[in-house]
Amino acid sequence: MSKWREKLTFWRFMFVVIIVVGMVATVRRFALGLGATTGLSDQVPWGMWIGFDVMSGVALAAGGFTISALVYIFNLKKFHSVLRPAILTAFLGYILVAVGLLFDLGRPWFIWHPIIFRNPHSVMLEVAWCVMLYLTVLAFEFVPALFERLGWRRGMSVMKIVTPVLVILGVLLSSLHQSSLGSLFLIVPNKLHPLWYSSRLPYLFFVSAMAVGFAMVIVESYLSSRAFHKELERPVIIDLGRAMLVALVFLAVLRAQDLIGRGSVSYMFQPTTEAGLFWLEIGLGIILPVVLVAIPKVRMHPQGLYYAALSAVMGLILNRMNVAITGMAAKLGNYFPSWEEISVSVMLVSLGLAAFAWAVKNLPVFGASPWTGTVVVTPEVEPHEAAGPAGWRAAPQGVFGTRM
Amino acid sequence: MDRQRALLIDITRCIGCGDCAEACKTANSLPPQVETQLSATAYTVVEQKGDYFIRKLCRHCQEPTCVSVCPVGAFVKTAEGPVIYEGEKCIGCRYCMTACPFAVPRYEWTKKAPLVRKCTMCHERVKAGKMTACAEACPEGATVFGYRDELLAEARRRISANPDGYFKHIYGESEVGGTNVLFLAPVQFADLGFRTDLGDIALPNLTWEALEKIPNFVVASGVILGGLWWLINRRATVDQLRHETGQKHPEHPHDNRKLRTPQAGGDRS
Repeated sequence: MSKWREKLTFWRFMFVVIIVVGMVATVRRFALGLGATTGLSDQVPWGMWIGFDVMSGVALAAGGFTISALVYIFNLKKFHSVLRPAILTAFLGYILVAVGLLFDLGRPWFIWHPIIFRNPHSVMLEVAWCVMLYLTVLAFEFVPALFERLGWRRGMSVMKIVTPVLVILGVLLSSLHQSSLGSLFLIVPNKLHPLWYSSRLPYLFFVSAMAVGFAMVIVESYLSSRAFHKELERPVIIDLGRAMLVALVFLAVLRAQDLIGRGSVSYMFQPTTEAGLFWLEIGLGIILPVVLVAIPKVRMHPQGLYYAALSAVMGLILNRMNVAITGMAAKLGNYFPSWEEISVSVMLVSLGLAAFAWAVKNLPVFGASPWTGTVVVTPEVEPHEAAGPAGWRAAPQGVFGTRM
Repeated sequence: MDRQRALLIDITRCIGCGDCAEACKTANSLPPQVETQLSATAYTVVEQKGDYFIRKLCRHCQEPTCVSVCPVGAFVKTAEGPVIYEGEKCIGCRYCMTACPFAVPRYEWTKKAPLVRKCTMCHERVKAGKMTACAEACPEGATVFGYRDELLAEARRRISANPDGYFKHIYGESEVGGTNVLFLAPVQFADLGFRTDLGDIALPNLTWEALEKIPNFVVASGVILGGLWWLINRRATVDQLRHETGQKHPEHPHDNRKLRTPQAGGDRS
């Protein structure tokens, strides 16, 4: 226990350092402007804040819609225990995406302009609307955790009625948003390297986001169980590993079919930076996790699954960075993020982790939460029983987080 | 008929004096120092490539990529031909810069409230019936201003009158759907740093193919998801209630499964 405390103190210290450096970078960004504080230029107008914070942030939030679809639409109650953490990750992820955009936009005080000035031919308008609407839906999807904590029964029952609508809206908006981030790059056929440019970018972005959504839920479940000494629900995690495996294999087939169909296979074997990055991306994002999860011994072991999922997450981040930055470097010019760009990104990720930890400690995020004294709801509880007026306090009736 | 205004730039006539760039700076009230590359304070420059001089400027595409990608519609293709930018709408996402096939838009990186900057083809002057400042300033007639169809005819006339002096192509006639800045060159355009891999299809078509699917996608997926939810969850509820109440269905008395009773709760909405 004392060892754990020591570790925590070290990480707290690191957290403070990250926030202080990040705040200095923030002040510099807004006091001096983008030119003085980023590696961006007329040749490379998009950098780390778009490639990492926005592109990767949105993809890593995909667990929110996949898990809610599994639980509510497909009625797979098994995944209920990971639903709230997935929704929370998505909610925090999207908040960070919006905050990241405030850093990146040249005139962030006009971030609301897409509400009134609308160009329907712009993919960026679709992106803007998806961020706004899905962030709202996610807030509503997470609010039951808050109501449950406050014991506000009325709010809970209202949320219960609107849940199916929210879930369907969330799935629709997520599908649109994930794919639209790929559609953004349909307009640069002559700038993006043929290993990445494809008319199927929207589909590839959507499928890869689904795969990494499962991976993120595995990663956060594993880390949460370690950090909060919480029992890991092994059967659920293992099933998530299977789902990730299927999604990754599907992604691999799509990628292969796409590269062959466009006649771009030869680019994979040229001695170029792009080919190297491509193989790193495919190796980390698809080959390694697929091989690992395909081995039953690894799949059945939470730690093995965790490393496989982490690898998939790394591969996805690399994919988004390759599409948004490095895949265009040959045509546009070189770019390296400034320390301000890096430290702001690190700060945003750290703030997200801190907010997640705070929520887990203070809100019923993991259905059974010993540290809040909430009564554990067993998976065997049937919907109508839990819905009974007498039962709701003993078995808190979450729209998200506990059983329907 | 195509009555948009355009510029014809004949590289065989350009002597690289830079008067166009200077006149542009004056017309747009930009700092007067000579610049070698397009910037937020230089909407056109003259670059030397071997023995030739090539003007860099916005091409004022017929179907402009910047107009299509801007989420807030800050870029406008005017009826007169010039593509202009209404900065007060701009949020600074810089998608226009990423998307422009000619890499023209420039950003005021040093400003705290930056705007995108590029050649406006002197839209105000053009509306007032004048020619662009650059065309007016050119001492050699290397840049001429006029109606696009007439300039295309003039370009063809020059090529046929002097087939040895020109590379037989009008750059901008069909590139990315056609542009309102047309180039004639003595050698092939690839040698002068022009991009010859852009194709003739206007780029906005590429994103529109994805965007036009959205309404159908939303309606179809909404119905499918809603239907799936209803089917799967209703079946689960009914099975559950049958199991509980032990009653038979009145319409299917031989069905061995059991029926719910009203007090077991209504159908889930």
